[in-house]
Amino acid sequence: MSSEALYQELILEHNRKPRNFREIENADRTIEGRNPLCGDQLTLWVKMDGDRIADAAFKGQGCAISKASASLMTTAVKGKTRAEAEALFDRFHKLVMGQLPESEQASLGSLRALGGVSKFPLRVKCASLAWHALHSALENDEREVSTEREGPEPPPLEGA
Amino acid sequence: MIVDRADFPLLANHPELHYLDSAATSQKPRAVLDALLDYYRCDNANPHRGAYTLSARATERYHDARARVARFIGVRDMDRVIFTRGTTESLNLVATAWGYANVTAGDEIVITGMEHHANFVPWQQLARSVGAKLRICGLTADGRIDLDQFQALVGPNTNVAAFGHVSNALGTINPIAELSAIARRVGALVVCDGAQAAPHLPLDIDHLDVDFYAFSGHKMLGPMGCGVLVGKREILEQMPPYQTGGDMIEYVADERSTWNVLPHKFEAGTPNVGDAVGLAAACEYLDGIGMAKVREHERTLTASASERLSAIPGVRVYGPPAADRSGVVSFTVDGIHPHDLATILDEGQVCVRAGHHCAQPLMRRLDIPATARASFYIYNTEADVDALIRGVERAREVFG
Repeated sequence: MSSEALYQELILEHNRKPRNFREIENADRTIEGRNPLCGDQLTLWVKMDGDRIADAAFKGQGCAISKASASLMTTAVKGKTRAEAEALFDRFHKLVMGQLPESEQASLGSLRALGGVSKFPLRVKCASLAWHALHSALENDEREVSTEREGPEPPPLEGA
Repeated sequence: MIVDRADFPLLANHPELHYLDSAATSQKPRAVLDALLDYYRCDNANPHRGAYTLSARATERYHDARARVARFIGVRDMDRVIFTRGTTESLNLVATAWGYANVTAGDEIVITGMEHHANFVPWQQLARSVGAKLRICGLTADGRIDLDQFQALVGPNTNVAAFGHVSNALGTINPIAELSAIARRVGALVVCDGAQAAPHLPLDIDHLDVDFYAFSGHKMLGPMGCGVLVGKREILEQMPPYQTGGDMIEYVADERSTWNVLPHKFEAGTPNVGDAVGLAAACEYLDGIGMAKVREHERTLTASASERLSAIPGVRVYGPPAADRSGVVSFTVDGIHPHDLATILDEGQVCVRAGHHCAQPLMRRLDIPATARASFYIYNTEADVDALIRGVERAREVFG
């Protein structure tokens, strides 16, 4: 499998210049996410406006995939309701697991750039870390998120 | 080249593979695979049961394997060579069986900041359980144990000093004679993690002033699941057992039991004869080459890889100069996370480890979340270094 499928230009660009790579001072939620197997670590801040995500930002260190994924995610979920964001996570998770039909991929917009991850099973966790942190933030579960805590691959969202 | 790549079936089956992860586990020569198969085909029975000829033969194979391994590591009294599942179990054996019997509240355990988790967490947990203090020796900027600090940390309350012979993450070869001499001044138990040394350096354990020396078979051409703990006889005899059950007992009364003699006292349950036979074949193979030659071969490749990598802009190689490291090159490339680097290298069939190398305390001290690690062994050649360099150049193009 060629790494070109994984490292698309959009991924490399978001890795170089991650969007929303900052703190949110008056955030409603702050979540720590970790992938203990590779040492990836990020902090996610979310500012809510009622049921809507007013702002989302992150900082941390990790591989290009985890950084680009957090960058693309924080961009994509801004302005979305909790339910919309969770539904997006569900589709994103299916995309990186290689389970999202081609016909449904267009709805993911820029997030599609991470579709190549499905061919690199070792990297699914990198792409999912930020999303698991977001899920915890939306659930108001302030415990640290770990990609290892609930088995090899964290279970998909309930009711998703 | 000091061995024929064709001697290693996995490498022969994957002619394009550049296996640079022998610090994690080595590939196995045909001689080892044949020895394993031969044992199971011809001599397999539960040893030490002795009622029939086949069992006696299995017992003899196990005994011979122990003798062969003992000879390889320079141990004359083979009863002090205990087979375990590997370094991790060997070190847990010491920390548990010796530790709980001898370490009490107020005692101090001195380890170093470059230990593999296997020589870190058992001591940390022992200290927490008994109320002892864990003292962690710092490192110099070039990735060596800070000897002045080690000397300062070892004091009248120190009753264990545990350190690695060779760092798995950096390859640093530690001055274990000096370290043990410091620990001896206060009468501390000296424990050495030799997982990265036994496969790569000539060893003469009888002449090392250590109480325990641990290593794994699978990193030195042997099968997974068999390792060794060498202990001082008088200490092993005084220690309580680690696990209890079959094979390790002498008499079992209703209320109490007595223990078998060494080494069986520390080998509860049916022993792993097949893998011990495989490990003995690995020792035979390595002795056939000569460990001085093994070391020289690795030193050449490590020096070359370090020099060629360092010449690439943005590449940083960690640890002391190549001559003071075993066959390990731990490095980072500016702007490229080690995992991304490993993925690109994998495309060129170059296998390297990326991450914290089971040495998170070390990575914190180096203040880096992860490195890429290339590690060499007898079957590697300069062609593997070429492939590594090509892969790093390619990664720089992709991420440029």
